[in-house]
This record gives sequence, structure tokens and C-alpha cells, in this order.
Amino acid sequence: MTDPNRSGAVPHLVVIGAGPAGLAASVAAAACGVRVTLVDSAGEAGGQFYRRPAPGLRARRPQALHHQWRTWERLKDGLDRYVRAGCVRHLTEHHVWCVERRGEPDRGFTVHALLGPEQEGAAEVRADAVLLATGGYEKVLPFPGWTLPGVVSAGGAQAMLKGALVVSGRTAVVAGTGPLLLPVATGLAAAGVEIAALVESADPKAFVRQSRALAAQPGKVAEGAGYAARLLRHRARLLARHTIVEAHGTERLEAVTVAALDASGRVRPGSERRVPCDTLAVGHGMLPHTDLADTLGCRLDGPAVHVDDEQRTDVPGVWAAGETTGIGGSALSLAEGHIAGCSAAARLRGTEPDPGAWAAAARVRARLRAFSAALDSVYAPPVHWTEQVTDDTVVCRCEEVTGGAIREAVAELGAGDPRTVKLLTRAGMGWCQGRMCGPAVAGLAGCELAPSRRPFARPVPLGILARAGEMDHQ
Amino acid sequence: MSKRLTCNVVVVGAGMVGAACALYAGRAGLDVILVDRGPVAGGTTGAGEGNLLVSDKEPGPELDLALLSGRLWGELAQEFGEAVEYESKGGVVVASSPDGLAALERFAQGQRAAGVVAEPVAGDGLYDLEPHLAPGLPGAVHYPQDAQVMPALAAAHLLRASGARLLTGHTVTDVLRAPDGAVRGVRTDKGDIHAPAVINAAGTWGGELAALAGVRLPVLPRRGFVLVTEPLPRRVRHKVYAADYVADVASDSAALQTSPVVEGTAAGPILIGASRERVGFDRTFSLPVVRALAAGATRLFPFLERVRAMRSYLGFRPYLPDHLPAVGTDPRVPGLYHACGHEGAGIGLATGTAHLIAQTLTAKTPDLDLTPFRPDRFAAEAM
Repeated sequence: MTDPNRSGAVPHLVVIGAGPAGLAASVAAAACGVRVTLVDSAGEAGGQFYRRPAPGLRARRPQALHHQWRTWERLKDGLDRYVRAGCVRHLTEHHVWCVERRGEPDRGFTVHALLGPEQEGAAEVRADAVLLATGGYEKVLPFPGWTLPGVVSAGGAQAMLKGALVVSGRTAVVAGTGPLLLPVATGLAAAGVEIAALVESADPKAFVRQSRALAAQPGKVAEGAGYAARLLRHRARLLARHTIVEAHGTERLEAVTVAALDASGRVRPGSERRVPCDTLAVGHGMLPHTDLADTLGCRLDGPAVHVDDEQRTDVPGVWAAGETTGIGGSALSLAEGHIAGCSAAARLRGTEPDPGAWAAAARVRARLRAFSAALDSVYAPPVHWTEQVTDDTVVCRCEEVTGGAIREAVAELGAGDPRTVKLLTRAGMGWCQGRMCGPAVAGLAGCELAPSRRPFARPVPLGILARAGEMDHQ
Repeated sequence: MSKRLTCNVVVVGAGMVGAACALYAGRAGLDVILVDRGPVAGGTTGAGEGNLLVSDKEPGPELDLALLSGRLWGELAQEFGEAVEYESKGGVVVASSPDGLAALERFAQGQRAAGVVAEPVAGDGLYDLEPHLAPGLPGAVHYPQDAQVMPALAAAHLLRASGARLLTGHTVTDVLRAPDGAVRGVRTDKGDIHAPAVINAAGTWGGELAALAGVRLPVLPRRGFVLVTEPLPRRVRHKVYAADYVADVASDSAALQTSPVVEGTAAGPILIGASRERVGFDRTFSLPVVRALAAGATRLFPFLERVRAMRSYLGFRPYLPDHLPAVGTDPRVPGLYHACGHEGAGIGLATGTAHLIAQTLTAKTPDLDLTPFRPDRFAAEAM
């Protein structure tokens, strides 16, 4: 063992991602006596969920935009304490592009990161084990006009509110599907934006069908009801079983057309109406970030990283927690992060972990996984959403590939999966590497969304790539 | 069985070679059905750069096939050029030392005798051809006949133009044979297809298809990685590679070999190869391999240091032990034709291969002697 990281025989865990799961994991692992390095791309801990206004903005009540503020304060205090004690090192503005599993003789892992906002410097961190808490990203399905200025993602609108206290317009429509829409609409309304409509494609009757699973989480249901009540106070129109048909505007967004959905999930003819607005916040749920796990060779279940009861992936030495193992919200991420941190620390110290130590978190995890499965079956884009995508709608924004080009690749050129659609159209070859258009391309090609392999979680300069693994490891 | 299909020729494999076979057989007047268990260009075709090269081939049967194929690609370019991103950009093989340059010159001398255009380039002239190359290189050889296509587009467009019936998502489970042993079609998981001729264009899986017909063809995978950069204005004009690439291509070693191969594309990104390893069908990403590719490429073109790699992908070159493809009829199974085992040159060699197969199918004398490509040339071992 020549790795300087192993000096003193205190094992070293690297946690990637400082959102709820990564924070909970770091605190839990540090409490169990392992050295932790928390690596994150942001300038401050918190991730997307606990995103806060920049200190310079001097927000008087940042908690007004958050719930579970006390949980956050407790986590942040815990992290600060362990950082001060030298048990946790928190590396900010480290953009991890690859986690490499080292071979013999010393095994372990090297975490490769780019530094700073320009991502031009390089850093490497060696680890005995890694814990992936890489979170999720928003899914947005295309429709005519979705590339107009003024159309933003629901999560993007929320991030702007939480992080910069800015609001992009005066009159907004919030649309799509998923539990994020209500808090986004409420947050915009609280910031003084008029909510012209909240357009949700899910069927209220579906909530009734899932009532048992949902009722098992009274706190969550009450949270949703609270948002709805606040929104109604702002006289926002709630349109369930509706969808966006088109966004209109020349220079920027001026209005949207919304329409009702029939029982089969198609737009009901004649139900279209035009709603003037200058902002459209649209989202269709979340997808897990799995690039680092996939490159390490971890098994995926559908779009998410597969983990066992201890949050271990099937690759020895690699744990995963939070949205990367399946979208479920911050409370589930906290529970998973806690379990993963405890398990990783115990195993790094060469002991068999005692599941009794995290029994409470395991109960929360079981309940919230059932709850998110129920939500998943309720919140869904319209079954026939691809019918709204006209042939001239740009689907892949990076490479400007239209719906028509994708349809031609499938119908005329023999493409049969997202990979061959990409090869024949360039959809998904651009800067975002298909993260944005992946679900839409799969839908238009008529196949399941398969996570596409991205060996580099972010673009990496060739000079840094050429020297990867040659750095001194302090 | 859902339906009974008949035709003159079944082509197995919707990659570049299968698509070219469908086109040339179709234009020879034959009714063709093409089957593949996946989509079009789902295998090695979708994982390569689309090289149409003469520069890396020593005099011999493969070079003859490459020269024939290059002429045929030139014809197809008139018809499909834009759609398949055909570029007759030429290749530049760079020597890193005076000794290396002398060896490269000798190699080029032999190629010239076989009909290759190979122009010596001295130090200064090199930077006229490629202004962004690293300073201080002694010289190079310029091969104007080298060209490039976008391989997936090429396969898809040739296939569409062929008029062949395309059955993707059909897995061939058996080669049907008459009591006298002659081929009479293929069985798929979705029904039988009857035909007196079957073309094995299954690429890396060509050995498995041959086995279904009861014969041995030792096709094995040789893994390669490609690095793709962010799109850039054209700064690399040719396919540029180091002279040691030629030795790697011809090598029999199973160990990892990398030699820098750098080229711009019509779409803007720069493609960086080339690695060779015999590791079976292992799809695990290997940082050491792409690190070596990046190091080689930045040595040739220092400006690439700050250019970002967007992605990397891997593929499996289908190779036969003597590095020549199997092309032509299989004397062991009447009606079985092979068009596979082209290693890393399948896109380039597809047109010549398909042309020769179509000539054989229609009882014409092939333009090239097919003896070196005989599918039964490997020692007969027990199946």
C-alpha cells in the first residue's frame, strides 16, 4: 500500500455530490470514523434542493423558498463541524468527469475532476471507496415553439428563484407533469408573478386509484394540498388532464395554446385555447444522473443505478444514494444517503454493518419508495405526446435536429434505437450529449429510453485527458 | 411462422458490407432480402470513422481490393456524395524521425508500384498541407486517394437505394440446407426466408453465422476506441496519422497498441483513433486507452491540448488470423457466400467486396482473383 491517502490506515471515502444524499452520507460516514472527501461542482453545499441565494444578495428569509429548512440547517451544521475537525474535506467547484477503477496492485479509485467555473484545471482524488450521489436532471419533452426565449424548464425557473431571487417574467404558465409543478407555480406566485394557468397532464382520478399508497404519506399529501391552496389564493387556474400544444411568439414567447386530453391521452379536438403569457415553465419529471456509475460498470435498472439494501452497487467499493438510484425526492435521498454512509464506513473499517443502526432510515426509505412508485404511476406525460411534435419542431437543440429528420431515420433509413437515430441524424451528439433530447428521441423512435453511455460525464480538454492519472496525489 | 418469404439472395447483416452487397446484387438484377437482428448500422459500422484507405495497406490482395473499392466509392460519391458525407480529403502519414521517414519512403515505393498515388512531402511542404502539425517533423507521405464517408449514413443510404427488402429485428437462428447440403435460405426468429444464396455479412459475428451453416470461419473481435471532440472550424484537413500505425494494423499482438490517427469531419468534430486490443467483446470503458489516444493526438497536433473531448465510443473490428477478409463462395456449402472479416477496413472495402460478390452471384468472372480471400483457407479443425 503506497497510496499516501492510506497513510495512518484511516480509510478514505469520496462522496460525489453535495445535495441531500451526499450531505447525509458524508455526515454519517464521518460520524463512523472514516475520512471523507465531499466533491461537488457547486460553490456551496446543498445541491439543487437546498440551493440558496448567493450571500451577496442578502436575502432576509431564504427559508421562505424552502421547506425542511431545519433539516438543512442540521446537515449543514454537521458538515461544518466535521470539516472543522478535519474529518471531512469539502471540495467545491470540482466537476467530476470520470471515476476510474484502478487495477492491481493498489486497487481503489481515482476521481478525476475539472476545476473552477471554466473547468480548465485538473484535480485527482484517490479513494478506497466512492459514494455516488450525483442526483438527477430534468426531463423536458418538446412541442412546437419550445425553443422560444421565455420558455424555461420548471426546475430552471425554481433554481432561478432559489439561487438568484430573479423571476423571468410577469405572467407565467407552468406546465407538464410531476410533483415539481406545484411548488414552482407557488414559488413564482409568491414572488409576484401572475400564474395564468397550471397545466398538468395527469388525471386526478389516477390519484384516487393510488390513494392507499399516497395516504401512507400524509405529510407529503398535506404538502401538496398546501401548495394547491396557496396557489388558489393567488387565483391561478389549475387545468388537470391538459397539455401544452404550442408556444407562440416571434422574438420571444407571447402566448401558449393549451388543450384538454381525452381518455386515451390525445388532445381533444376543439378544446384548444390560447393563454397569453411571457413565461412558460415546463417540465416532465426527472431522470437520474448515471454517467459515472455506468462508466464504472455498475448495473443499471432501467434509467437508475441498481443498489442493494445497503445502497451498494454491484461494483465492489461503489455505493450510490439519492436520485441517481431512482427519483424520489429529498427526504428519500436523505434516508438513502444516511444508510449508504453508514454502510460504506463500516465496510471500509472492515466490519460487517449492523442494519439495526439505520432501521429508522430504512423504514423511511421503504415508505418513500412506495410513495414515489405511486407518484410515478400518476404523473405521466400524455400517452400520445409525440403527436404534438410536428416535423419541423426542433427536438435536439444542440444539433438542430427536427422531429421530421428523426421520423425519416426510423421510417426510411432503418434506425431502430436511440443510438442508430443518433448516428443517422446527429440527434444527441452535441454539447449536452443527448441529456435533453434523449427521452424525446426515444419516444419518436418508438422505443424505451436506454441510458446512453457517456464515458465523460462532462467534456474534458484533451491535454488534461492525456495526463489523467499522472498527478501527484496529496 | 408468420409468412413465407422468398427471394434470390438473403444478405445477413445490415452494416456497411451488407448494405453494399444489397446494392450491387440488386443492381445486378437480383431480388434481395436483408436481415439483421438489430437496426441498420448497429454493429461495427456504427462504431468506426468511415475510412476509405489505401495508405495503410502493403502491396498485395488487400491493397488491390482497396484500389478497386476506392474507384467504386468514387462512382457512388457522384450519386450519394452529400448524403453520406463523402470527402476525398486524402491521407498524410507522418514520420517522427529521419529513420522513420526512410522506412516510410520504402513502404510508399512498393505501394506506388501497385498503383497507389503516394507523394513524398518534405518538412516545409508538410506544413502547407497541415499547418497545425507539431513543429520539427521530418516529413511525410501524402496519399490523395484516401477518403472518408460517414459510415452509418453510407450504410443506410446504400441500403435504401438498393431496393432490397429490409428486415431489422430479425435474428437468424439457422441456415436452411437441402438434403444435398446446398443452401436454401435462413430461419429467423420471425419466420423462414427462402433463397438459393445466402451472403454472410455479419461482421464480427460472421463466425457464428458460418457455424450455423456448419462451417468454420475464425472471425474474432479486435477492440478499438475512438475519441470525439467538440465541433471546430476545419483545422485538420486530411486524415493524419503516425507511420507506426501501419505496423499496428498488421500486427498479430493481442496486447494494447495505440498510434495516433487524427482527422476532421464534415460535421465539425475531430475524430481520434486508433487503438487495437484483443479482449473479446468487453464493452468496459478503458481510461488508459483513451488517455493514450489523447496523448498521441496532442503530440501530433499541440492545439488539441485545449480542445475538449465530448465522448468516446468503442467497437469491435472483425478480423481473421491472416488479416484478410473472407470474400466469395464457400466451396463447403453451395450457395453460401462470405463477405466479412474486413477488420478495421470494412467501410472502405465494402464496395469492392460487394461488386465481386455480385459478379460471382451472376456467374461473371470477378475483376479480382478471389483465391487469397477463400473462406475455407484456414486449417480445417474440428467444429
